[in-house]
Amino acid sequence: MEAEANSGSLEDSGAFIQRPGEGCRTVPLAGHVGFDSLPDQLVNKSVSQGFCFNILCVGETGLGKSTLMDTLFNTKFEGEPATHTQPGVQLRSNTYDLQESNVGLKLTIVSTVGFGDQINKEDSYKPIVEFIDAQFEAYLQEELKIRRVLHSYHDSRIHACLYFIAPTGHSLKSLDLVTMKKLDSKVNIIPIIAKSDAISKSELTKFKIKITSELVSNGVQIYQFPTDDESVAEINGTMNAHLPFAVIGSTEELKIGNKMMKARQYPWGTVQVENEAHCDFVKLREMLIRVNMEDLREQTHSRHYELYRRCKLEEMGFKDTDPDSKPFSLQETYEAKRNEFLGELQKKEEEMRQMFVQRVKEKEAELKEAEKELHEKFDRLKKLHQDEKKKLEDKKKCLDDEVNAFKQRKTAAELLQSQGSQAGGSQTLKRDKEKKN
Amino acid sequence: MSKGLPEARTDAAMSELVPEPRPKPAVPMKPVSINSNLLGYIGIDTIIEQMRKKTMKTGFDFNIMVVGQSGLGKSTLVNTLFKSQVSRKASSWNREEKIPKTVEIKAIGHVIEEGGVKMKLTVIDTPGFGDQINNENCWEPIEKYINEQYEKFLKEEVNIARKKRIPDTRVHCCLYFISPTGHSLRPLDLEFMRHLSKVVNIIPVIAKADTMTLEEKSEFKQRVRKELEVNGIEFYPQKEFDEDLEDKTENDKIRQESMPFAVVGSDKEYQVNGKRVLGRKTPWGIIEVENLNHCEFALLRDFVIRTHLQDLKEVTHNIHYETYRAKRLNDNGGLPPGEGLLGTVLPPVPATPCPTAE
Repeated sequence: MEAEANSGSLEDSGAFIQRPGEGCRTVPLAGHVGFDSLPDQLVNKSVSQGFCFNILCVGETGLGKSTLMDTLFNTKFEGEPATHTQPGVQLRSNTYDLQESNVGLKLTIVSTVGFGDQINKEDSYKPIVEFIDAQFEAYLQEELKIRRVLHSYHDSRIHACLYFIAPTGHSLKSLDLVTMKKLDSKVNIIPIIAKSDAISKSELTKFKIKITSELVSNGVQIYQFPTDDESVAEINGTMNAHLPFAVIGSTEELKIGNKMMKARQYPWGTVQVENEAHCDFVKLREMLIRVNMEDLREQTHSRHYELYRRCKLEEMGFKDTDPDSKPFSLQETYEAKRNEFLGELQKKEEEMRQMFVQRVKEKEAELKEAEKELHEKFDRLKKLHQDEKKKLEDKKKCLDDEVNAFKQRKTAAELLQSQGSQAGGSQTLKRDKEKKN
Repeated sequence: MSKGLPEARTDAAMSELVPEPRPKPAVPMKPVSINSNLLGYIGIDTIIEQMRKKTMKTGFDFNIMVVGQSGLGKSTLVNTLFKSQVSRKASSWNREEKIPKTVEIKAIGHVIEEGGVKMKLTVIDTPGFGDQINNENCWEPIEKYINEQYEKFLKEEVNIARKKRIPDTRVHCCLYFISPTGHSLRPLDLEFMRHLSKVVNIIPVIAKADTMTLEEKSEFKQRVRKELEVNGIEFYPQKEFDEDLEDKTENDKIRQESMPFAVVGSDKEYQVNGKRVLGRKTPWGIIEVENLNHCEFALLRDFVIRTHLQDLKEVTHNIHYETYRAKRLNDNGGLPPGEGLLGTVLPPVPATPCPTAE
């Protein structure tokens, strides 16, 4: 039956009931329409945008994490191996742009540094979990933004976690179990046995069985290769049985037969990395890159990220719809929280303002005090100065008086003298005058 | 095999996450570019195949809306485009049957499959558009419908427990049918396109183009293009969304030469030169729908379906939907939309967009 929608008029707010899925009948096509090019259109767009893939390598120092990455991606990635003396677990992350034919891949490799080296390893898993959560958080923040650019956002969420198991040959260490248990709900875990050339074939089978049973009995959910698509179901199914993969990494190339191959040379023989009889490296590469890369990305987004998002939003106090009440209280709780927050901010602002006013008053009083003091000092000094001046003036006056008196006496004396010697004196003057002329 | 693997120097900083609960996304600085062609095959390009398989499995949704006055051949054209009876033609109205008072919106969904690709096609018809005597605001129900689809999608997206694949009912493409008067656009056409070009991808088509000769056609198209430009109406493909030079040149060509497409639709087949073709039979000849000399139907079909289908969806999702979302969240004060606990209703979805500051 044709699913025809109710026609909406302006009155009933245009609600149409278009039932997708159910009731949509399949219509035959009378000719070639051309939308079978749609997957190609989609793929072309994605190719032009580029892909990203992020791998996290967790494992103890010295298990060959960096070497394995180099071998997987056929290139020498980065620098110095780490020492065993790290005080805590840290994560080192590097991003590379790889290009193959016309496909560009932004590959990010994150490695743990110092994992398993400490004496007390209780908190070793914490930095890893925090890192993974931080990537989810960043994506969530971007998604919640008002103006967002999700389609060009560089996705930093971890798509695959390779967990390196030490080749003891016995069983998993308790650190491994604890860490994997913490990580299994956050990321796709692919356990691998590192440096597996240290184990013989028979020991290896026993080891794998032991590991798988321990993982199952502890409820650790490792990543299962998807078996729902027929084209890959078979190969994925067989691969699932080979987990955990026993791998060997090597970047050295040796001549074997007449070809150059990646291998490790021992006195007793040569281990070839790409030989399926020697190790599972080829299987790992096949599964990780050539068959399931897209699925890993999708699981990360649709399962792990959604779980994180749900938990985070619920933690913040949001609830989803009730079957009776309309969706949803996100609005109400958000509003309440916002008002609360604003109220708090206002209170703080008031407090700060009060404090400020008070401080200003205090300072003002202080300054007034200082001003007063200064005035007093100034007055005192002025007075002193005036006293001094007065004294000096008095002295001067005295001195002037004395000088005047002296002058008077002088002129009087001179007068007397001149009167006395006027008779004789005037003659000498005359004579002097005549001499001069 | 190449010897001496080139040392890939990295500028990556040692991004340390000391065990403190401080979330710091440790995405490092400049990535180093490595051309892995030199170093042996890794297999990265298989991701294309993986992606293609995944999309074929999930299938596609496509929602196309046709707007235009009645009698312009909308349903016929959609049937011709998708080569199947996806749209029911409005049977000729008797005079007794009332002409609908307002614009109705009818959405009908079908599933079509071709080459392993399943597509759920929804054709949204708008009977009654432009048919009344007073056509003021007849675009409002349409705008309301489009906004409601965005609202539906937004609500699903904001849910805490959300579905894996949110059903996409948003209108990806709106074909606007222009009456082939040969003169210029009608005021109704301009008003409609002006309002809607901001919320949806509009592709104007000249309907029933077999009433115009070649010269009339090209003159009309030029006039229409000019008028649209003068009125600032951006139809799909919009200039501002051209991503790179290649897109720009390709789209420029389409914008300036081919659009608006002058089309003829038909679902009847006739024998021409020994082949069966879709066409219209007239006393003076048979108009072949898929013949580029006769009309531009083939161009429209290739444009919408074979080359730009995915792009239509992406522009709708990345641009129109995001604009709606941003506006909606802003109006709500940064809060996601919804109704309160006790059923108190928020302001309803606006039929006309809120006065924008754009």
